Amino acid sequence: MAITTPKSAFKKGFLDSTPFVLVVVPFAMLFGLLATEAGLSVFEALTFSLVVIAGAAQFTALQLMTENAPTLVIIISALAVNLRMAMYSASLTPWIGAAPFWQRAIAAYFTVDQSYLVAVAEYERQPQMTIPQRMGYFFGTVTVIAPLWYAFTLVGALLGTSVPESWALDFALPLAFLAMIAPMFRTLAHLVAALVAVGVSLLCVGVPYSLGLIIAGMAGMIAGAWVELRRTGQGPAP
Amino acid sequence: MTDKTALWTIIIAIGLGSFLLRFVFTGLVGNRRMPAWLLRHLRYTAVAILPALVAPQVLWPAATGGAPDPARLAAAVVTFTVALITKSMLPALFAGASTLYGLLYLL
Repeated sequence: MAITTPKSAFKKGFLDSTPFVLVVVPFAMLFGLLATEAGLSVFEALTFSLVVIAGAAQFTALQLMTENAPTLVIIISALAVNLRMAMYSASLTPWIGAAPFWQRAIAAYFTVDQSYLVAVAEYERQPQMTIPQRMGYFFGTVTVIAPLWYAFTLVGALLGTSVPESWALDFALPLAFLAMIAPMFRTLAHLVAALVAVGVSLLCVGVPYSLGLIIAGMAGMIAGAWVELRRTGQGPAP
Repeated sequence: MTDKTALWTIIIAIGLGSFLLRFVFTGLVGNRRMPAWLLRHLRYTAVAILPALVAPQVLWPAATGGAPDPARLAAAVVTFTVALITKSMLPALFAGASTLYGLLYLL
Protein backbone atom coordinates (compact mmCIF):
# COMPACT_ATOMS: atom_id res chain seq x y z
CA MET A 1 0.00 0.00 0.00
CA ALA A 2 1.45 3.34 -1.06
CA ILE A 3 1.46 6.10 1.52
CA THR A 4 0.29 9.39 0.08
CA THR A 5 -1.15 11.36 3.02
CA PRO A 6 -0.64 11.47 6.79
CA LYS A 7 -4.03 9.78 7.07
CA SER A 8 -3.06 6.84 4.88
CA ALA A 9 0.23 6.65 6.81
CA PHE A 10 -1.79 6.42 10.02
CA LYS A 11 -3.86 3.61 8.52
CA LYS A 12 -0.79 1.72 7.37
CA GLY A 13 0.86 2.08 10.79
CA PHE A 14 -2.31 0.78 12.38
CA LEU A 15 -2.47 -2.23 10.06
CA ASP A 16 1.25 -2.99 10.30
CA SER A 17 1.11 -3.32 14.08
CA THR A 18 -2.09 -5.38 14.33
CA PRO A 19 -0.08 -8.62 14.78
CA PHE A 20 1.01 -7.21 18.15
CA VAL A 21 -2.56 -7.63 19.40
CA LEU A 22 -1.68 -11.28 20.03
CA VAL A 23 1.23 -10.18 22.20
CA VAL A 24 -0.07 -7.16 24.07
CA VAL A 25 -3.37 -8.67 25.23
CA PRO A 26 -1.97 -11.61 27.25
CA PHE A 27 0.86 -9.51 28.70
CA ALA A 28 -1.44 -6.73 29.81
CA MET A 29 -3.78 -9.27 31.40
CA LEU A 30 -0.89 -10.90 33.18
CA PHE A 31 0.24 -7.55 34.55
CA GLY A 32 -3.27 -6.73 35.78
CA LEU A 33 -3.54 -10.10 37.46
CA LEU A 34 -0.12 -10.01 39.13
CA ALA A 35 -0.63 -6.41 40.23
CA THR A 36 -3.86 -7.22 42.07
CA GLU A 37 -2.26 -10.36 43.51
CA ALA A 38 0.55 -8.15 44.81
CA GLY A 39 -2.03 -6.04 46.66
CA LEU A 40 -2.66 -3.19 44.20
CA SER A 41 -6.24 -2.05 43.69
CA VAL A 42 -7.76 -2.21 40.22
CA PHE A 43 -7.40 1.59 39.96
CA GLU A 44 -3.73 1.45 40.98
CA ALA A 45 -2.96 -1.31 38.49
CA LEU A 46 -4.60 0.63 35.65
CA THR A 47 -2.86 3.88 36.63
CA PHE A 48 0.46 2.04 36.65
CA SER A 49 -0.08 0.98 33.02
CA LEU A 50 -1.34 4.44 32.03
CA VAL A 51 1.54 6.34 33.61
CA VAL A 52 4.44 4.02 32.83
CA ILE A 53 3.29 2.17 29.65
CA ALA A 54 6.30 -0.20 29.63
CA GLY A 55 5.72 -3.88 30.27
CA ALA A 56 9.17 -5.03 31.31
CA ALA A 57 9.70 -2.12 33.72
CA GLN A 58 6.26 -2.63 35.27
CA PHE A 59 6.88 -6.34 35.84
CA THR A 60 10.27 -5.53 37.38
CA ALA A 61 8.75 -3.01 39.79
CA LEU A 62 5.99 -5.42 40.76
CA GLN A 63 8.43 -8.23 41.42
CA LEU A 64 10.61 -6.02 43.64
CA MET A 65 7.56 -4.66 45.49
CA THR A 66 6.45 -8.15 46.45
CA GLU A 67 10.00 -8.74 47.71
CA ASN A 68 9.68 -5.57 49.85
CA ALA A 69 12.68 -3.93 48.21
CA PRO A 70 13.41 -0.29 49.19
CA THR A 71 11.43 2.28 47.16
CA LEU A 72 14.54 3.83 45.63
CA VAL A 73 15.87 0.44 44.53
CA ILE A 74 12.54 -0.33 42.85
CA ILE A 75 12.54 2.98 40.98
CA ILE A 76 16.16 2.68 39.83
CA SER A 77 15.77 -0.93 38.74
CA ALA A 78 12.65 -0.22 36.69
CA LEU A 79 14.29 2.79 35.05
CA ALA A 80 17.40 0.74 34.26
CA VAL A 81 15.16 -1.75 32.47
CA ASN A 82 13.76 1.22 30.53
CA LEU A 83 17.16 2.70 29.59
CA ARG A 84 16.75 1.26 26.11
CA MET A 85 13.95 3.82 25.59
CA ALA A 86 16.61 6.55 25.51
CA MET A 87 18.34 4.65 22.72
CA TYR A 88 15.04 4.34 20.84
CA SER A 89 14.51 8.07 21.33
CA ALA A 90 17.94 8.81 19.86
CA SER A 91 17.33 6.46 16.96
CA LEU A 92 13.95 8.08 16.16
CA THR A 93 15.31 11.63 16.28
CA PRO A 94 16.82 11.76 12.75
CA TRP A 95 13.41 10.69 11.39
CA ILE A 96 10.92 12.71 13.44
CA GLY A 97 13.07 15.42 15.05
CA ALA A 98 11.60 18.07 12.72
CA ALA A 99 8.01 17.42 13.84
CA PRO A 100 6.23 20.00 16.07
CA PHE A 101 7.29 19.91 19.72
CA TRP A 102 3.91 18.79 21.06
CA GLN A 103 3.82 15.88 18.61
CA ARG A 104 7.30 14.82 19.67
CA ALA A 105 6.27 14.97 23.32
CA ILE A 106 3.25 12.73 22.68
CA ALA A 107 5.37 10.38 20.56
CA ALA A 108 7.89 10.18 23.42
CA TYR A 109 5.20 8.99 25.83
CA PHE A 110 4.16 6.33 23.30
CA THR A 111 7.70 5.14 22.51
CA VAL A 112 7.58 1.43 23.35
CA ASP A 113 9.38 -1.58 21.85
CA GLN A 114 6.61 -2.30 19.36
CA SER A 115 5.89 1.22 18.10
CA TYR A 116 9.59 1.99 17.81
CA LEU A 117 10.39 -1.19 15.94
CA VAL A 118 7.48 -1.02 13.49
CA ALA A 119 8.00 2.69 12.81
CA VAL A 120 11.77 2.62 12.28
CA ALA A 121 11.45 -0.39 9.97
CA GLU A 122 8.94 1.55 7.86
CA TYR A 123 11.00 4.78 7.85
CA GLU A 124 14.01 2.80 6.59
CA ARG A 125 11.91 1.10 3.90
CA GLN A 126 10.30 4.39 2.77
CA PRO A 127 12.89 7.12 3.33
CA GLN A 128 10.89 9.52 1.12
CA MET A 129 8.08 9.78 3.72
CA THR A 130 7.37 13.35 4.86
CA ILE A 131 7.45 14.33 8.53
CA PRO A 132 3.63 14.44 8.87
CA GLN A 133 3.46 11.00 7.22
CA ARG A 134 6.05 9.63 9.65
CA MET A 135 4.13 11.02 12.63
CA GLY A 136 0.87 9.67 11.21
CA TYR A 137 2.44 6.26 10.82
CA PHE A 138 3.84 6.31 14.36
CA PHE A 139 0.51 7.30 15.89
CA GLY A 140 -1.16 4.57 13.82
CA THR A 141 1.05 1.92 15.42
CA VAL A 142 0.35 3.12 18.98
CA THR A 143 -3.38 3.28 18.34
CA VAL A 144 -3.30 -0.52 18.23
CA ILE A 145 -0.89 -1.07 21.09
CA ALA A 146 -1.57 1.47 23.83
CA PRO A 147 -5.38 1.17 24.28
CA LEU A 148 -5.04 -2.62 24.44
CA TRP A 149 -2.32 -2.31 27.06
CA TYR A 150 -4.59 -0.18 29.26
CA ALA A 151 -7.81 -2.11 28.60
CA PHE A 152 -6.39 -5.55 29.23
CA THR A 153 -4.51 -4.44 32.32
CA LEU A 154 -7.98 -3.52 33.56
CA VAL A 155 -9.48 -6.83 32.41
CA GLY A 156 -6.70 -8.83 34.08
CA ALA A 157 -7.07 -6.86 37.30
CA LEU A 158 -10.87 -7.15 37.33
CA LEU A 159 -11.15 -10.80 36.41
CA GLY A 160 -8.08 -11.90 38.32
CA THR A 161 -7.55 -14.52 35.65
CA SER A 162 -4.69 -15.17 33.36
CA VAL A 163 -4.17 -17.18 30.21
CA PRO A 164 -3.28 -20.83 31.05
CA GLU A 165 0.45 -21.55 31.13
CA SER A 166 0.10 -24.41 28.64
CA TRP A 167 -0.65 -21.84 25.93
CA ALA A 168 3.04 -20.85 26.18
CA LEU A 169 2.18 -17.19 25.64
CA ASP A 170 5.41 -16.27 27.44
CA PHE A 171 6.97 -16.89 24.06
CA ALA A 172 4.66 -14.65 22.03
CA LEU A 173 6.80 -11.57 22.62
CA PRO A 174 10.17 -13.08 21.60
CA LEU A 175 8.56 -14.58 18.48
CA ALA A 176 6.91 -11.29 17.54
CA PHE A 177 10.22 -9.44 17.86
CA LEU A 178 12.04 -12.05 15.77
CA ALA A 179 9.37 -11.80 13.06
CA MET A 180 9.70 -8.01 13.05
CA ILE A 181 13.50 -7.83 13.10
CA ALA A 182 14.31 -10.34 10.35
CA PRO A 183 13.32 -8.09 7.41
CA MET A 184 15.62 -5.36 8.78
CA PHE A 185 18.78 -7.33 7.99
CA ARG A 186 19.54 -5.61 4.72
CA THR A 187 23.32 -5.30 4.88
CA LEU A 188 26.31 -7.11 6.34
CA ALA A 189 26.59 -4.30 8.89
CA HIS A 190 23.07 -5.02 10.19
CA LEU A 191 23.88 -8.70 10.49
CA VAL A 192 27.16 -8.09 12.33
CA ALA A 193 25.45 -5.61 14.68
CA ALA A 194 22.85 -8.22 15.63
CA LEU A 195 25.33 -11.08 16.02
CA VAL A 196 27.64 -9.04 18.25
CA ALA A 197 24.69 -7.79 20.32
CA VAL A 198 23.37 -11.32 20.79
CA GLY A 199 26.79 -12.66 21.75
CA VAL A 200 27.44 -9.90 24.27
CA SER A 201 23.93 -10.14 25.74
CA LEU A 202 24.40 -13.87 26.36
CA LEU A 203 27.76 -13.20 28.03
CA CYS A 204 26.29 -10.35 30.09
CA VAL A 205 23.17 -12.17 31.23
CA GLY A 206 24.38 -12.04 34.83
CA VAL A 207 24.87 -8.26 34.88
CA PRO A 208 22.31 -6.77 37.31
CA TYR A 209 19.44 -4.37 36.52
CA SER A 210 19.25 -5.51 32.88
CA LEU A 211 22.32 -3.40 32.17
CA GLY A 212 23.71 -6.32 30.16
CA LEU A 213 21.14 -5.39 27.52
CA ILE A 214 22.45 -1.84 27.26
CA ILE A 215 26.06 -3.05 27.06
CA ALA A 216 25.07 -5.57 24.38
CA GLY A 217 23.09 -2.98 22.43
CA MET A 218 25.99 -0.54 22.43
CA ALA A 219 28.45 -3.25 21.41
CA GLY A 220 26.17 -4.20 18.51
CA MET A 221 25.77 -0.59 17.40
CA ILE A 222 29.52 -0.02 17.49
CA ALA A 223 30.08 -3.20 15.47
CA GLY A 224 27.45 -2.23 12.88
CA ALA A 225 28.81 1.30 12.52
CA TRP A 226 32.35 -0.05 12.21
CA VAL A 227 31.42 -2.48 9.42
CA GLU A 228 29.50 0.26 7.61
CA LEU A 229 32.48 2.60 7.77
CA ARG A 230 34.86 -0.13 6.58
CA ARG A 231 32.68 -1.02 3.61
CA THR A 232 31.71 2.44 2.44
CA GLY A 233 34.64 4.50 3.61
CA GLN A 234 32.13 7.22 4.41
CA GLY A 235 28.71 6.65 5.97
CA PRO A 236 25.73 7.46 3.72
CA ALA A 237 23.22 10.12 4.78
CA PRO A 238 20.57 8.79 7.18
CA MET B 1 3.93 -5.27 50.47
CA THR B 2 4.88 -1.66 49.92
CA ASP B 3 2.52 0.90 51.54
CA LYS B 4 0.31 3.26 49.54
CA THR B 5 2.54 6.35 49.72
CA ALA B 6 5.49 4.32 48.54
CA LEU B 7 3.39 2.74 45.80
CA TRP B 8 2.33 6.11 44.38
CA THR B 9 5.89 7.41 44.69
CA ILE B 10 7.04 4.40 42.68
CA ILE B 11 4.37 4.74 39.99
CA ILE B 12 4.94 8.47 39.51
CA ALA B 13 8.74 8.29 39.65
CA ILE B 14 8.96 5.43 37.15
CA GLY B 15 6.41 7.18 34.92
CA LEU B 16 8.28 10.48 34.94
CA GLY B 17 11.67 8.83 34.58
CA SER B 18 10.49 6.69 31.67
CA PHE B 19 9.03 9.72 29.94
CA LEU B 20 12.31 11.61 30.31
CA LEU B 21 14.26 8.65 28.88
CA ARG B 22 11.91 8.58 25.90
CA PHE B 23 11.92 12.36 25.49
CA VAL B 24 15.63 13.09 25.92
CA PHE B 25 16.53 12.91 22.22
CA THR B 26 13.27 13.23 20.28
CA GLY B 27 12.19 16.15 22.45
CA LEU B 28 15.36 17.98 23.36
CA VAL B 29 17.59 17.38 20.34
CA GLY B 30 14.71 17.67 17.89
CA ASN B 31 15.78 19.07 14.55
CA ARG B 32 19.35 19.97 15.53
CA ARG B 33 21.88 18.11 13.41
CA MET B 34 23.54 15.19 15.09
CA PRO B 35 27.14 14.29 14.18
CA ALA B 36 27.61 11.71 11.41
CA TRP B 37 29.36 9.21 13.69
CA LEU B 38 26.39 9.24 16.07
CA LEU B 39 23.85 8.80 13.26
CA ARG B 40 25.93 5.92 11.94
CA HIS B 41 25.67 4.16 15.31
CA LEU B 42 21.96 4.92 15.71
CA ARG B 43 21.18 3.17 12.42
CA TYR B 44 21.93 -0.10 14.22
CA THR B 45 19.91 0.49 17.41
CA ALA B 46 16.95 -1.68 16.43
CA VAL B 47 18.94 -4.58 14.99
CA ALA B 48 21.21 -4.60 18.06
CA ILE B 49 18.88 -4.00 21.02
CA LEU B 50 15.97 -6.24 20.05
CA PRO B 51 17.97 -9.38 19.22
CA ALA B 52 19.92 -8.79 22.46
CA LEU B 53 16.62 -8.56 24.32
CA VAL B 54 15.25 -11.74 22.75
CA ALA B 55 18.34 -14.01 22.75
CA PRO B 56 18.40 -14.90 26.48
CA GLN B 57 14.62 -15.48 26.45
CA VAL B 58 15.03 -17.88 23.52
CA LEU B 59 17.94 -19.82 25.01
CA TRP B 60 16.86 -19.77 28.65
CA PRO B 61 13.08 -19.21 28.78
CA ALA B 62 11.65 -18.22 32.15
CA ALA B 63 8.70 -20.58 31.63
CA THR B 64 10.98 -23.63 31.86
CA GLY B 65 12.91 -22.20 34.80
CA GLY B 66 15.75 -21.22 32.47
CA ALA B 67 16.33 -24.67 30.99
CA PRO B 68 16.80 -24.62 27.20
CA ASP B 69 13.62 -25.86 25.52
CA PRO B 70 13.78 -27.54 22.07
CA ALA B 71 10.23 -26.45 21.17
CA ARG B 72 10.87 -22.77 21.89
CA LEU B 73 14.31 -22.90 20.23
CA ALA B 74 12.87 -24.44 17.07
CA ALA B 75 9.96 -22.00 17.04
CA ALA B 76 12.39 -19.08 17.25
CA VAL B 77 14.50 -20.40 14.35
CA VAL B 78 11.41 -21.06 12.19
CA THR B 79 9.90 -17.63 12.91
CA PHE B 80 13.14 -15.86 12.09
CA THR B 81 13.76 -17.86 8.91
CA VAL B 82 10.23 -17.41 7.57
CA ALA B 83 10.35 -13.68 8.35
CA LEU B 84 13.71 -13.43 6.58
CA ILE B 85 12.32 -15.14 3.45
CA THR B 86 8.80 -13.65 3.30
CA LYS B 87 9.77 -10.26 4.83
CA SER B 88 6.38 -10.34 6.45
CA MET B 89 5.37 -10.70 10.09
CA LEU B 90 2.14 -12.69 10.00
CA PRO B 91 3.30 -15.79 8.08
CA ALA B 92 6.40 -15.86 10.28
CA LEU B 93 4.35 -15.68 13.48
CA PHE B 94 1.97 -18.32 12.18
CA ALA B 95 4.82 -20.70 11.24
CA GLY B 96 6.55 -20.07 14.56
CA ALA B 97 3.42 -20.63 16.63
CA SER B 98 2.61 -23.83 14.70
CA THR B 99 6.12 -25.11 15.36
CA LEU B 100 5.89 -24.20 19.04
CA TYR B 101 2.51 -25.85 19.63
CA GLY B 102 3.35 -28.84 17.44
CA LEU B 103 6.55 -29.59 19.31
CA LEU B 104 5.09 -28.81 22.74
CA TYR B 105 2.35 -31.32 21.93
CA LEU B 106 4.73 -33.98 20.56
CA LEU B 107 7.61 -33.68 23.03
